[in-house]
Amino acid sequence: MPKKATAGIMKAFSDKNGATVKINTVDHNTFQEQINNYLQGRPDDVITWFAGYRMRFFAKKGLLGDISDVWTQVGSQFSSAMKKASTGEDGKQYFIPLDNYAWAVFYRKSVFQQHGYEVPKTWDQYVALSAKMQKDNLPVAFADQDGWPAFGTFDYLNMRVNGYDFHVSLMAGKEAWDSPKVAKVFDTWKQILPYYQTGALGRTWQEGAQGLLQKKTGMYLLGGFVSQQFTNKEDLDDLDFFPFPEIDSTVGTDAVEAPIDGYMMAKRPKNEAGAKKLLTYLSSAAAEEGYLKVDPSNIAVNNGASSAGYNALQKKQQVLIAQAKSISQFLDRDADPTFASTVAIPSFQDFLKNPNNIASTLKKMEAQKKSIYSE
Amino acid sequence: MATSTAAADAPAGAGPTRRTARRKVRRWSRRDTLVVSLMLGIPTLLNILFVWLPAFTSVGLSLTSWDGIGLDQIKWVGLRNYQEIFTIYPPFWPALEHNVIWLLFFVLIPTPFGLFLAVLLDRQIKGSRIYQGAIYLPVVLSLAIVGFIWQLVYSNDQGLINELLKDVGLNPVNWLGDSHVNLWAVLVAASWRHVGYMMILYLAGLKGVDPSLKEAAAIDGASERQTFFRVVFPSLRPVNIVVIVITVIESLRAFDLVYIINGGFNGLELLSALVTQNIIGEASRIGYGSAIAVIMMLISTVFIIIYITRIFKEEPQ
Repeated sequence: MPKKATAGIMKAFSDKNGATVKINTVDHNTFQEQINNYLQGRPDDVITWFAGYRMRFFAKKGLLGDISDVWTQVGSQFSSAMKKASTGEDGKQYFIPLDNYAWAVFYRKSVFQQHGYEVPKTWDQYVALSAKMQKDNLPVAFADQDGWPAFGTFDYLNMRVNGYDFHVSLMAGKEAWDSPKVAKVFDTWKQILPYYQTGALGRTWQEGAQGLLQKKTGMYLLGGFVSQQFTNKEDLDDLDFFPFPEIDSTVGTDAVEAPIDGYMMAKRPKNEAGAKKLLTYLSSAAAEEGYLKVDPSNIAVNNGASSAGYNALQKKQQVLIAQAKSISQFLDRDADPTFASTVAIPSFQDFLKNPNNIASTLKKMEAQKKSIYSE
Repeated sequence: MATSTAAADAPAGAGPTRRTARRKVRRWSRRDTLVVSLMLGIPTLLNILFVWLPAFTSVGLSLTSWDGIGLDQIKWVGLRNYQEIFTIYPPFWPALEHNVIWLLFFVLIPTPFGLFLAVLLDRQIKGSRIYQGAIYLPVVLSLAIVGFIWQLVYSNDQGLINELLKDVGLNPVNWLGDSHVNLWAVLVAASWRHVGYMMILYLAGLKGVDPSLKEAAAIDGASERQTFFRVVFPSLRPVNIVVIVITVIESLRAFDLVYIINGGFNGLELLSALVTQNIIGEASRIGYGSAIAVIMMLISTVFIIIYITRIFKEEPQ
C-alpha cells in the first residue's frame, strides 16, 4: 500500500484520538514472503493484509486476534460480501477491509473510436473483436513474466464458464484440475491466444500497460492498478474498461474479481484497546476517503464513503463491484498459496507456451494439488 | 617436519636436550590447555551451530511435512517429499539440468576469458588500471542491481538489444520470456560479472609468478605461447584450485539473477530458486523445500569431496 496514503490516515487517527501510531513499513514483496515468521514472532498490533483464504489461513493457525466486537459496531457500514470476505472459517471476523479494485478489460476510448470498435457483451463478440484488432495491427495486450497476471484471465474464464461456486471449490482444492470442466476453461482460453501480443512471458504488467498507453495494443485484462501507468491526465481520461464478457448465458456475469486490502489485528496485541480503536477508525468512511485521496487507483469499501472525489474509472469500478453478486479475491488469494506459487504459475506458463499439451499439464497440476492440499 | 628430521640426525650427545624439548611439548600449563581448547572449541562450536546443525535439521525436516507454523505441526512423512520431487514436480529436472549447464558454461566461457583478460592486463599496457576497474566493476554491484541493468538490456518491448535489432530490420527476440533463450541470456549477464571476478584472481596469481621463470623460458628459446602454457599456467595451480572451487560454488548458489527476472520459472528454474519458492514465500512448504535443499547439498558435497581429496593428496609433497 502506498506509504504516503497510509501515513495520512494514521495521522488523522492520531490527531483525533491523541494517540500516536507507529508505522512499520516493509516492502510489499518482502512482507508477503516473511509474513509467516513475522506473525509468529512479535508482530505489531495492527497489520495490513489481504482478505480471503490468505487471511483465513492465519486465522485458522491462531495467529490473528478476533475482532468480531469491532464488526458488531461497524458492520452496518459494509455490504454482506465484505463481511463474508472478512470472516474466518470459525465464523468470527478477523479483518477490516479498507479498499479494493476491480479486474476488467481496459482500453483507450480514442482507439475504439478511431477503429469503430464496440464493447463486446458476449464471448463471441469478444473473440471477433480480438480478431478485428489483430487485422488492425493492434494485438490484445498480455504480460506474464511474473507469473501471476495470467491468474486474472483464468479466474474470469472459470467464473464465466463454470460459475463462481465451482471456482471457489476448485480454489479450495475440492474439485479436480484434470476434470472436463477445467479443460473447457483452457479450451476457451485457447480461442484468444492467437490474438495476444507475442512474447507475453517476457513482459511485465507495467510494460503491458505501457503498450496500451502508447496505443500499440487494443485492450488489456488487468486490475484497476493499470491506471498507475497512465500518469498524464489526458491519457487517464481516455482510459476506460468493460466487464469481462458473458460466456454462458446460464452462468451470467455477476461474479467480479475485486481483491480487497485491509487490516488485521495480531493475536496478542500490546495495546488491544488501542488496536481496536484504530481498526474502528480504519473502517470508517472518513479514513477510506482520506486514504483514497492520496492513492486514487482503488475504491473505498465502506458504503458511507463519498465517491465525490472519484475519477470516472473509480466510479465505474464502484458500480461494477456494487452490482456483483459474488466477489473473488484473485487466484493467489483464494487458493492455497503454496499451490498458487509453486504449481499454478509454472503450469499456466506451460499452457501459454504449449497450449496443446494442456491435458498433461492439468494432470500434473492435479497430482501436485492432491499432495499440497492434503498436507 | 624439518625439526624432527634434524633431531633424528642429531648426534647421541644431544639426547638430554631432546628429552626436555619433548617434555615441554607434553606438559602443557593450565593456560596452554585453556588457550588451545578455546581456539579449537569456539570455531568447532560455531561450525556445529551454523553449519552442521542447520544441515542436519534440513535433512530431518526434509522427511517431514510442515507449514512453518507451530513446532507441533511437524508431521513425519518419510521419503514422500523426495519421491514427489522426482515424480510429480515438473520444475525439478529442468532445474537440475540448468544448474549443470550453468556450471559447465561458467567453467568453459567466463573463467578462461577472465584468465585471458588477466594475461593481457598483466603486460603493463597503458591504462591497465582503468581496464581493471571497468571489468571488475560488475563484481562490486550486487546481483540484484546486475539483474536490473540486464532487464533494461533484454526487455522485450523497451530493451536496448531489441531496439537495435528493430533498427537494423531484424525481428526482436524475447530474451527473457522465451524458455529456449532466457537461460543463455541470463548466463551472459551472470558471466559479465564472473569474468571480472576471475580476472582479479588470476591477475593476483600472475603477479605472484616469479619473473625469472619466464626469463629462463625465454632464454631457453620458448615461444610466448609455450612460456604461458608450459611455465606460467602450471605455476598458477594454487589459483586454479581456488578458481574452480569458486566457480562451482557460484554455479550452485546462482539465484539472485533468475529470481529478480521472473522468480525462477519458465526456463529459469534453478534448484536454489525452487528452494526459495517452497520455503521463503508464503508457500511455507518447509519439508518439501528442505528436501530440494538436501539434494543441492548432496551435489555440492560431491565437489567438496573431490576438492578435499585433492588437497590432502598434495599435502605430503
